[in-house]
Amino acid sequence: MVSKFKQALDNGKFVVTSEIGPPKGTNIEQMNHHVALLKDKVDALNVTDHQSSVMRFPSIGGCQAIMEMNGEAILQMTCRDRNRIALQADLLLAYTRGVRNVLCLTGDAVPVGDHGTAKGVFDLDSVQLLHLVRQLEAGSDLGGNKLAGAVQFCAGATVTPEAEPLEPQLIKFEKKVEAGAEFFQTQAIYDLERFAKFMEYARQFPVKILAGIVLLSSARMAKFMTENVPGIFVPQDLIDELAKAPKGGALKKGIEIAGRTIAAIKKESLCDGVHIMAINREEVVPDILAAAGL
Amino acid sequence: MKSITRQKPYDEVKQLSEDFNRIFLIGCGTCATMAKTGGIEEVQAMKESLQGEGKLVTGWIVIPTACDEMTAEVISENARAIQDAQCIIVMACALGVQRVNSYLPKPVIPALDTLFIGMEKSPGHFIEACAQCGQCILGETAGICPLTACHKGLLNGPCGGTNKGKCEVDKEKDCAFTLIYERLKEQGRLDLMRKYHPPKNYQVIPRPRMTSLL
Repeated sequence: MVSKFKQALDNGKFVVTSEIGPPKGTNIEQMNHHVALLKDKVDALNVTDHQSSVMRFPSIGGCQAIMEMNGEAILQMTCRDRNRIALQADLLLAYTRGVRNVLCLTGDAVPVGDHGTAKGVFDLDSVQLLHLVRQLEAGSDLGGNKLAGAVQFCAGATVTPEAEPLEPQLIKFEKKVEAGAEFFQTQAIYDLERFAKFMEYARQFPVKILAGIVLLSSARMAKFMTENVPGIFVPQDLIDELAKAPKGGALKKGIEIAGRTIAAIKKESLCDGVHIMAINREEVVPDILAAAGL
Repeated sequence: MKSITRQKPYDEVKQLSEDFNRIFLIGCGTCATMAKTGGIEEVQAMKESLQGEGKLVTGWIVIPTACDEMTAEVISENARAIQDAQCIIVMACALGVQRVNSYLPKPVIPALDTLFIGMEKSPGHFIEACAQCGQCILGETAGICPLTACHKGLLNGPCGGTNKGKCEVDKEKDCAFTLIYERLKEQGRLDLMRKYHPPKNYQVIPRPRMTSLL
């Protein structure tokens, strides 16, 4: 069984991914509902791994739900909570459950989450995790021991095209490419001219780039992200546009903005696809796709 | 090398020593004096606080360097007052506490929390500079240790949380990799930043760490 997501990337189609945030608790009904709602509308669904360092139902559990519903899952894997032994074990488990895609992340810092006194692990970093995936594929573990049954993953990573300063970020991007990353899902982008510049650079590398689309749900949220989230810059005209939306209509406006951004990226063939993050509003992803004409 | 310490809340010291009425106090003339946590002044203040609780302070001393083996001599010079005490409160870093503890059978109570081994950046401001990992990489990182200076101890470059040269956990803290980048760029050695660092050996000397240099 090969990765359907990888096939979609290789076919040169405009690839669309979105993501599922698992619940805090054992009630997985809503998560399953989101999976059912989105699995056939996108090429693959990421499952977040204790996003923002908030303890939740595990990423691998969400991926299992996707596989049970015949969807295509991208396992988000951070280095924050597991040492190299546990990371390898979870990759083995994921593979046996049919998961064929993994997104290798450093992970947010522990103090930003809801278990602020926990020990952050970071035994490996994202570049080392990518190397680890390739080593497991070659049939041995990090200790150099032979595996009884290897894995095979389409491995990806993230990049922040508007990081400041940018060059250290690009150097790390190249290290991720060298480590075997096949695709990148970017941090949210809003300014397509600036993104086009990044793509001019990124095109020299044999990797697929999916532009990050984070749904703006209000002018306040857009302003907050620009001021507080590293590497996210929402242009003022978009903030104004959201502010001018009729009362109760900001979300609709945000869907429209996301939709037309995706449509423009596709029309101009800026990159290989998009990754839609509707953070806690998975319900409206189909509306974003419709607004994008997909 | 300096042990950077902070005084425990007085209530915690009080609770740790609640079973004892006769107490001997030890401060340290080196790091804890510099950090103003266990020098003469602080030891005297502690003495007054304890006396205010109705405790008897049988004596006090500020040992020149509490973690040093000379501490044995200072202790024997004060044997009488220590003998009279039911416990020892040590206003030194954990090294000093453990040094004192190794010489005495009596309960030894720390009055300070040891924060890190660091250096003074500007008067009164201290930074951690070394995590004592046992495999120094400063030669490849422009003399800035990412294991210590990066919140996550990353080796292969900045995480996505870095923002305008600052760290995601605290806007007051510098991003280690921005510092490393700027310095390597200045030195014309940015190629070092492109070098892949494999997973680190966290068992150079398995804990408890000890070594013989002879």
